[in-house]
Amino acid sequence: MNYAVEVRGLTVVRGGRPVVAGVDLVVPAGTLVGLLGPSGAGKTTLMRALVGVQRISAGSVTVVGHPAGSPGARHLVGYVTQAPAVYGDLTVRENLAYFASILGVSGSRVAAAIREVSLEGRAGDRVGNLAGGEVSRVSLATALLASPPLLILDEPTVGLDPLLREDLWSLFARLAAEGSTVLVSSHVMDEARRCQRLVLLRAGRVVADEAPAALLQRTRASDLDGAFLQVVRQLELPG
Amino acid sequence: MSLRRTAATAWRVLRQLRRDPRTLALMMLVPLVLMALLRYMFNDDRTVFDRIAPELIGLFPFVLMFVVTSVAMLRERSSGTLERLLATPVAKLDILLGYALAFAATALVQVGLVLALVLGPLQVTVRGSLLLIVVFAVLDALLGAGLGLCFSALARTEFQAVQLMPALVFPQALLSGLFVPRSAMIPPLQGLANALPLTYAVDGITRAASSTAFGTELLKDLLVVLLCWPLALLVGALTLRRRTP
Repeated sequence: MNYAVEVRGLTVVRGGRPVVAGVDLVVPAGTLVGLLGPSGAGKTTLMRALVGVQRISAGSVTVVGHPAGSPGARHLVGYVTQAPAVYGDLTVRENLAYFASILGVSGSRVAAAIREVSLEGRAGDRVGNLAGGEVSRVSLATALLASPPLLILDEPTVGLDPLLREDLWSLFARLAAEGSTVLVSSHVMDEARRCQRLVLLRAGRVVADEAPAALLQRTRASDLDGAFLQVVRQLELPG
Repeated sequence: MSLRRTAATAWRVLRQLRRDPRTLALMMLVPLVLMALLRYMFNDDRTVFDRIAPELIGLFPFVLMFVVTSVAMLRERSSGTLERLLATPVAKLDILLGYALAFAATALVQVGLVLALVLGPLQVTVRGSLLLIVVFAVLDALLGAGLGLCFSALARTEFQAVQLMPALVFPQALLSGLFVPRSAMIPPLQGLANALPLTYAVDGITRAASSTAFGTELLKDLLVVLLCWPLALLVGALTLRRRTP
């Protein structure tokens, strides 16, 4: 079996506190996975470990067959940070053109990536003049440039209007259908119904890992928010 | 290392600089204003200005590139773009050399303007080699940029980055013999001056300006600067961490 993500016993200690505590996570290629949990649950830290920019305390992280962060893996992983990491003094197109030459992809991918995030109308605008949601889409477009087999997206839909959010989730689903593995974090449970699989994180631990329908059925909740609540309550029951 | 990535980075940095006309104007005009100011401060005794003009031609690009690079690098760190770059197949030296190339090109323009002013309206006569002066001035700029890259790792905020200039550059400039000849300093200070790279950078440009002869002293200055620059880049590369806590 080809795994896009293979995490074994991952622990990250920061400031003397385990932020990620013994996480195991195996994701087959071509899956759209939602990484959910409240703020501070360890989502970003887990994602940073997958990208290989996080110093880890224990465990192993393999992505698309390479150790996370190794030169081989860096070609294969697209990463969008929570705060958009793009150059504010360059235009949308200039930002993408720069990352395209860094990634070694052809210039035609620039226009395609701009289209994928629906920013055609702003391609010539300076990123510093765009609205917050537009800037995060520029950031997303840079990660799409190289069409990587694994996409790690840290809260890519925050601050977007519902229509755009829907568009992006359709894009994620399409990318997964085409064979990419897409890991999307969010603290909005309801968005996650579009995922094939949900991983619920709380206090650095995986508290649930299953398909949305299965989770709803198991917890007999009417929505995913309720399901999460149910999962957490069950964990806290004595005995 | 890849030529394509280095060139793309240099081009990107230059483009960003062009988008900031105020910084660009300050970088180009401030050395000219200071030069003219000093020329007329020493109006009565031309020999003083004639002596310090070459040193200043080397000092300005060093100081300016140090400040610009340390702030630019800090911005790259704090905006998250550095982390994003380091998550791609880019080599650390691609980023550092890209910055160095962009700032060397900028320094070349700045040195050209200062030279035009000094040799033209300010009427300083250069007995030495103009080419060597330009070579040293650009090397000084590269050295300044290299040290700026290293030391930007010490700064967490832009305020701190700007403070690095008086902390690290002023002492070097004072000890390089700008105000007091090094031979007139007490031995410990002479020793300290001999350990600092800027001393050789300023020394070299002074020698290049005073005579066309390419002696062993000049060669030593050139070699020290040529060795310190890659050293600074290498230390700079060590401060770029792909994995952070």
